[in-house]
Amino acid sequence: MKNPIGNLNKIFDSRIRLGVMSILLVNAEIDFNSLKQLLQLTDGNLASHLTNLEENGFIKVHKGFIGRKTNTTYSITKAGEKAFKEHLDGLENMIKGMK
Amino acid sequence: MSNQDKSLETLQDIRRMMERSSRFISLSGLSGVSAGVFALIGAYVAHMWLGGYYQDYNNRGGYAGEDFHSLMLKLLLLATGVLACALSLAFYFTWKKTKNNNLPMWDLTSKKLLINLLIPLVTGGLFVLGLLYQNEWFLLAPACLVFYGLALVNASKYTLNDIRYIGFFEIALGLINIFYPDYSLFFWAAGFGVLHIVYGLIMWWKYDMKTKTSRDK
Repeated sequence: MKNPIGNLNKIFDSRIRLGVMSILLVNAEIDFNSLKQLLQLTDGNLASHLTNLEENGFIKVHKGFIGRKTNTTYSITKAGEKAFKEHLDGLENMIKGMK
Repeated sequence: MSNQDKSLETLQDIRRMMERSSRFISLSGLSGVSAGVFALIGAYVAHMWLGGYYQDYNNRGGYAGEDFHSLMLKLLLLATGVLACALSLAFYFTWKKTKNNNLPMWDLTSKKLLINLLIPLVTGGLFVLGLLYQNEWFLLAPACLVFYGLALVNASKYTLNDIRYIGFFEIALGLINIFYPDYSLFFWAAGFGVLHIVYGLIMWWKYDMKTKTSRDK
């Protein structure tokens, strides 16, 4: 039998990173404050997780301006979508495998 | 906790985040009920006024421009008043529910909901104003119903899915109404009054009552 945990991605172990990916999968683009509101996090906490996801190439960061205020938005990358879907498959297999 | 439980919990987490970030779920059924009640009161008042107008019309035995214009003005004011009352109470009940749910009223999902509701609705509003300008009275109620229905169908992607079915009913009522223009007021009352109340009660029972009882347990 294949190792059922093999397909699970370590990066998505964190609930926060998992939440970010879930939100980005259904929203083409989302700004920092909306993410913060949805996940009920502080600035610093969310920022470090976003940096981690960006370094892994799972999300794209767009820096823009609304007037003079910076407006940073995030979107999912192809690689991120693939990795997240594989993670979901992994979870599914784990549930099936244990029945 | 076993790996299986953990996976299940993770999947539920993912689903909750997807739902919460894409749909505005705090829409209150009572919003619909209150809007419907105001619509029915408005339709009843309009019905009385129209009855009075036609009685005068028959007694006099002809058309009087002044009477007609004052009636139109009164009806327009009535419609504006009904809309204002319905919107403010609908807003109030939904605001109260977001408070209970501890969710923000103004966030990504309510913005999306509003924008997608407003696109067909504003189009419809302008279309109806155009009809008034061209003195096309008989299409007024059907146009209101059809555009409102389309707005609901469009907005339903960003809130509770039940809204979609009210939208379909409104569209159907509007289309049937075109063939029975003499009963416009009744179609209007059915669409904006009865449908809102019925669906409002269903949604209130389905979402508000059930969550309340499960919370009390």
